[in-house]
Amino acid sequence: MPTNVMPPLKAEARDLSFHYGEVRALKNINMPIYDKKVTALIGPSGCGKSTYLRSFNRMHDLYPGNRYEGEIRFYPDNTNLLSPDVDPIEVRMRVGMVFQKPNPFPKSIYENVAYGLRVRGEKNRRDLDGKVEQALRGAAIWDEVKDRLQDLATNLSGGQQQRLCIARALATDPELLLFDEPTSALDPIATGAIEELVHELKQRVTILIVTHNMQQAARVSDYTAYMYLGEMIEFGKTDDIFIKPQDKRTEDYITGRMG
Amino acid sequence: MSSDQSTNPTFNQEKIRALIARGKLKDTLFAALGIICLGIGLVVIFALVADMAIKGFDRLNLDFFTNFASRRATQAGILSAWVGSLLVMLVTALTAVPLGVAAGLYLEEYAKRNWITEIIEINITNLAAVPSIVYGLLALGIFVYTFGFGQSILSAGLTLALLILPIVIVATREAIRAIPAMIREGSMAVGATRWQTCRYHIVPYAMPGILTGVIIGLARAIGETAPIITIGALTFIAFLPPVPFTEIGEGARAGLFDWVMSPFTVMPIQIFNWTSRPDPAFEVNAAAAGFVLMAMVLTMNAVAIWLRYKLRKNIKW
Repeated sequence: MPTNVMPPLKAEARDLSFHYGEVRALKNINMPIYDKKVTALIGPSGCGKSTYLRSFNRMHDLYPGNRYEGEIRFYPDNTNLLSPDVDPIEVRMRVGMVFQKPNPFPKSIYENVAYGLRVRGEKNRRDLDGKVEQALRGAAIWDEVKDRLQDLATNLSGGQQQRLCIARALATDPELLLFDEPTSALDPIATGAIEELVHELKQRVTILIVTHNMQQAARVSDYTAYMYLGEMIEFGKTDDIFIKPQDKRTEDYITGRMG
Repeated sequence: MSSDQSTNPTFNQEKIRALIARGKLKDTLFAALGIICLGIGLVVIFALVADMAIKGFDRLNLDFFTNFASRRATQAGILSAWVGSLLVMLVTALTAVPLGVAAGLYLEEYAKRNWITEIIEINITNLAAVPSIVYGLLALGIFVYTFGFGQSILSAGLTLALLILPIVIVATREAIRAIPAMIREGSMAVGATRWQTCRYHIVPYAMPGILTGVIIGLARAIGETAPIITIGALTFIAFLPPVPFTEIGEGARAGLFDWVMSPFTVMPIQIFNWTSRPDPAFEVNAAAAGFVLMAMVLTMNAVAIWLRYKLRKNIKW
């Protein structure tokens, strides 16, 4: 790694620890997130991948008893996302999220995508229409739904719902997009569509994705981090991690001897 | 089977069959018992309604609804009673719904989980069990005398609002709890504030449950007699509250809210008044009014069911 020229940073975890009450779920994580790249988080269940991911948009602040230590630096403005002075709502306006299970609101397709814009006070109908279309195109679902934007989003198929949720996150132009196992509830075809989409999206947004699927990590990501028991064991270029992992534990996991 | 028996000495076909038959007998017995229990409840309520309808049949005509109370049973009607009941319900609903929904929303979405919240929660449940006469005494002291609202529709409406407030709060909280966390997270994840999340998602999705609670509460309130008597509703009244902006003599016009300060009576009091009269002819009036009150309550329940069905149709996760 040292001799390579690295792309610019989008974010960086510095000595990040996280506590659920007494339980320490993340231990001193240090990791760069490179701008306009896809970074995959892999590791066995319960290793803290999702906990780590949800720190980036301060989702843990919704529940009492959670505590962060350390920093997540966000560039180019070098803000510490975890600072008590930084409003989590402002963080969430810059960092979008797509959940494991598609969670469209029981409203129309249009309203689902427009929601983030409305939250920001966007009222102009023409602007809304334009941005909704743009987001739906960006999430590769426009052609399927353009004739029924007023239909209920919950009537879409699982794969369509997930792409709609991606459109909802895209509508507000986030700088970083978090994916929490976005395909684990989907069939292989819908999974393929989402993976292709992730590949396209990195032209304009930095992506951090948690996945249980090793092939998926290898297919979609530029960088990969292996986590185990709340620790960051290894981070590097995806090719390096999968071809010649440095740590024995990473190798065991990747080759299927563990996890 | 016979070969089985020969190879397995412990298998006794007749014994097993007898055992199964005994089990099935209990099945049948319980089913029968259940139907009887259900039947008793249904028959009693049906008999009550039918009895009132038959007894009051002679009075159930249009005049009964458009006449004021009278000393002559055949001319006495329920005009002031049903108008009074509707207006009191209006005040009750307009007070209890915003208060109850806001309180429930606060407890579920905003309040920190600590011992103060716990105590408040326990006491809200306790409030639902306070006898209604106690609310009447409280209202007599506070609304009628301290605030000087007098024996008015406003006092009655506020009293009944207090009475059903716990029902509305509990219904609101139950409905909010049924909304999955992922909906909340989905909203917060795009940068919504707590209020935006409540305003656009939590309240709309909880609405079917809230409305059901509200209507059940109102159905209870419309039949309440004790607190209304306590605050001093009239038992004989031959005028209606002033309609807003109509002339009320001497060229004066009624204000928009003058009606809330008007004396009034309500359906249960009218019924109580008629049943306590010596002339048996009034029993017919009481039965007819009881039937009308039942019809009002059943209509409210029907509306609750219809609304719940209609609003829930589009909400699924």
